[in-house]
Formats: sequence, C-alpha cells, structure tokens
Amino acid sequence: MGDAWSDMLDYLGGDAAWSGNNALQALLWAHVKLSLFAIVVAALVAIPPAVALGHVRRGGLLAVWIVNVGRAIPSFAIVALLFPISLRWGFRLGLWPTLIALVLLAVPPIFTNTYTGVRDVPPDAVDAARGMGMRPGELVRKVELPVALPLVLTGLRVSAVQVVATATLGALVGYRNLGTPIVSGFQRANKGPLLAAAIAVAALALLVDGAFALADRRAIPWRRAAGRQADVTVDARIDATIAGSGTPAGAAAGSGAAAGATAGSLPG
Amino acid sequence: MTAALTAAEPFLRWDWVEDHTDDIRSAFTEHLQLTAIAVAVGFGLALAMALVAIRWRWTYGPLAGACGVLYSVPSLALFGLLVPVLGLGLVTAEVALIGYTLLILLRNIVAGLDGVEPAVREAADGMGYEGWRRLLRIDLPLAAPTILAGLRIATVTTVGLVTVTALVGEGGFGDLINDGLGRNFSTPIVVGTVLSVALAVALDVVFVVLERLISPWLRAGGGGAGRG
Repeated sequence: MGDAWSDMLDYLGGDAAWSGNNALQALLWAHVKLSLFAIVVAALVAIPPAVALGHVRRGGLLAVWIVNVGRAIPSFAIVALLFPISLRWGFRLGLWPTLIALVLLAVPPIFTNTYTGVRDVPPDAVDAARGMGMRPGELVRKVELPVALPLVLTGLRVSAVQVVATATLGALVGYRNLGTPIVSGFQRANKGPLLAAAIAVAALALLVDGAFALADRRAIPWRRAAGRQADVTVDARIDATIAGSGTPAGAAAGSGAAAGATAGSLPG
Repeated sequence: MTAALTAAEPFLRWDWVEDHTDDIRSAFTEHLQLTAIAVAVGFGLALAMALVAIRWRWTYGPLAGACGVLYSVPSLALFGLLVPVLGLGLVTAEVALIGYTLLILLRNIVAGLDGVEPAVREAADGMGYEGWRRLLRIDLPLAAPTILAGLRIATVTTVGLVTVTALVGEGGFGDLINDGLGRNFSTPIVVGTVLSVALAVALDVVFVVLERLISPWLRAGGGGAGRG
C-alpha cells in the first residue's frame, strides 16, 4: 500500500494527472455529466407510470417484478451486451451502451419507491382530500406526491449512487470517465492513477449519498420541524419493505440509502 | 472468429456453445463458489455484528453506518483500492463481495431479532430460557424468515456482482462476458449474461422454498400480512 500511495502522490504532483485526454478533471466531468443525464432520463421514464399506478393502487406485482429483475441482471452484463449491439447499429462506441445500461439500472429503485410511496399514502388522508372536493389531479399534486416525497427521494438517492458507481464500467466500452484509469490500472499495474481514480469515484458516490441525505432533511417539512416521530415511522416502513420477503418494494434496491437514513436518524 | 465483426454474425453461435461446454461448466462452478463463500462469510460477520448491536444498542448506528459506507463504494473503485494491497485474484474478489453483503444481512438480522414479540420473550424467560439458549431456541427461529429474506437478497445481489469480479481475475460467468467484450464477440457475452441471470433466479427460487419450509406458520396464513 505504501508504494501505491507514493505512486499516487507522484502522479497527482505531475502534469499527466491534470492535462491531456486523461486529465482527472475532464474524466470527472464526463463521469458527472453521464450520471446526471442517466438519472434525469430514468426519472422521466419511471416516475409518471409509478405515480399513476400508485394512485389507482394497482400493479403491486409489477413493482415487485421490476425490482427482482433489476436485481438479477448485472449491469456489467448490460454494458457488455449493448456493446456489440451498439456497434452493429452504428451508434457511437462508449456513450450509448453505457447510458442505456445506466438508465435501465436507475429505473427500478425510482419506480418502486415512488410507487410504494404513492400507494401507501394513508387512506384517511386520501378520503379527507376527496371529501374536500379535490379532483384526481389535485389529489396527486397536493396530497399524494408531497406525502410520498421521502420515498421518491429515497428512490432517486439509491439510483444516483448506483449510477455514479456503475458509470465506471463505461470505461470498458470506451467511454472515458473515472473508470478509465481504474481499468487500465488493472491491466498494466499502474497503481498511481488507479488509486487516485478509485478514491475519486468512491468520494463522488459518498458525496451524492450525503447530498441526498441532506436534501431529505431540508426538503421535507415535517423532518425539519421536530421530526423524530416522522423519522421513526418512515424508517419503520423502509424496514418493513426490506424485511418482508413477499413485498420487496424498494428492498435491496433501497437498502443502501435506507440504511444511511436509518443510521443517520438513530441517536449516536 | 475474425468474422465476429461482420453484420451476418449471429448474436449467439450455438457451435461455440457446443465447443465450450467444459468452460461453461467450470465458469458455473466458480460462480457458485465465489457466491457461496461471500454469502457464508458475510453472514458470519453480520451475525456477530448484529449480536453486538442487539446487546449494546448504541453500536447499531455506527455499525450500520460503516456497512452503509462500504455498500455505497462502487465495486470498481473498491477493487481499485484493494488491488494495490491484495493484488489481483480470489482474495480481492472475496473481500469486495463479502463487504457488499454486510449491510443487507446486518439490517435483516437486527430487524428479525427486533421483531420477536416481547410477550414471547417474557414467556421464554419465564420458562427458564436464558441468554444463548433463548437466542438459539427462541429468537433466531422466530427471526428466521426475515434473516432468510436478507440472505436471499444478498445472494441474488452477489451473483450479479460476481460477474464484475472478472475484472480482477475471478469472475465465473463474468469471465465469459469479459472474454467476449475483449474481442467483440457477442456469443460468450450472451451466454455469460443469460446463465448469470438464470443462476440468480434459480437461487431466488431456492430461498423462496426454504422460507416456506422454515416458517410453517406463513404457509397457513397465505399472503395476508403484506397488506396494510
């Protein structure tokens, strides 16, 4: 470890780290750009149907199925599979296989968490809103979505962390990003750039996770105002979805962020 | 093989599959071994942590937090951090795979043990079960469905992750995928992917059956518990 560490410091002190094709800031920007793009596309694809299905309280099996399929198909395999297809259809190498794989990876957590959040809005609240004369559109906008917001954020958080993590695999099919020095480091035992990029990716993933944790606290009014009670109930629900084998909505997909949330809300 | 780039090349060449049944079989064995070791060792570690967390409540936050950080570190980055220390190979692959199982297992074990009704505990205490004996005879059996659910998720996730460990030299079906990717030949990629998914689904089914066997009281009630 010692010489890998000094390799890295040498590398970071030299020109190669900051200029040219593999400059770290360029790789970082490519990484962030691709991840952001994938998350936005995935949110646009996943949230509308999830809200619609949750609103009518149908499609629970679909949600479970999407989670299970998402969990079983390795993203490495998707990137690898899309590579020859992409070449054959004449798409550019690198970007498209990676982007499509990332979107496919990001959809399940967003979909299931949003769906679960909207579906599990307390029936009393929905009845009260109906009694006040709200039309379905209003009900979704003013009651169901705000109440479901914590789980929507959880879904986005899980997806964002996974996307940032998995974007590195794009390096295997020629999309230059922070994964590039890692992959070429494996092949050529080039420890300096390998370690620097690995630390950068890990830090980026933790940063994204932390940013969502903060957003969770800031954006949700009842957490700001003496939120212990609310925290407990929401965490209990996440626990229940993880624990219950029959309804793994959000399950393992949610475990990363959910655990973060739980750990954060426990005293000590 | 050089025809791989022409448009007429099919995605799946059965003759390659027939010629490589031995490779495919050994990839299957390796995949299963990598998964089994990771889940077994991960379960041991997670159980130890869960017992600590149950005994000293305040440790649960930091333990789950540490596992959460580990879980959030991208696999490729984790390999990147491990390879300079441990080199390429089995140890690096397993350390990473084990690390990813910990969070899921710890959470489910703790949730399962916490879910045991206080009344049941009191009854067990009243009947003279104490300490380890109560844990083994009462708490763990009652927590088994939740723990199994965690093992199921950890196993399926690990099967998927094993494909990526091909990049550090130990990948089961991932080796096939990596091989195909390296020479732009789609057949091994398709074979590796399909078999990896099939293995994940098969193990998932095994766990569903186990869950039924181990918790007879769930069989009687049907799925009623899921509805709030």
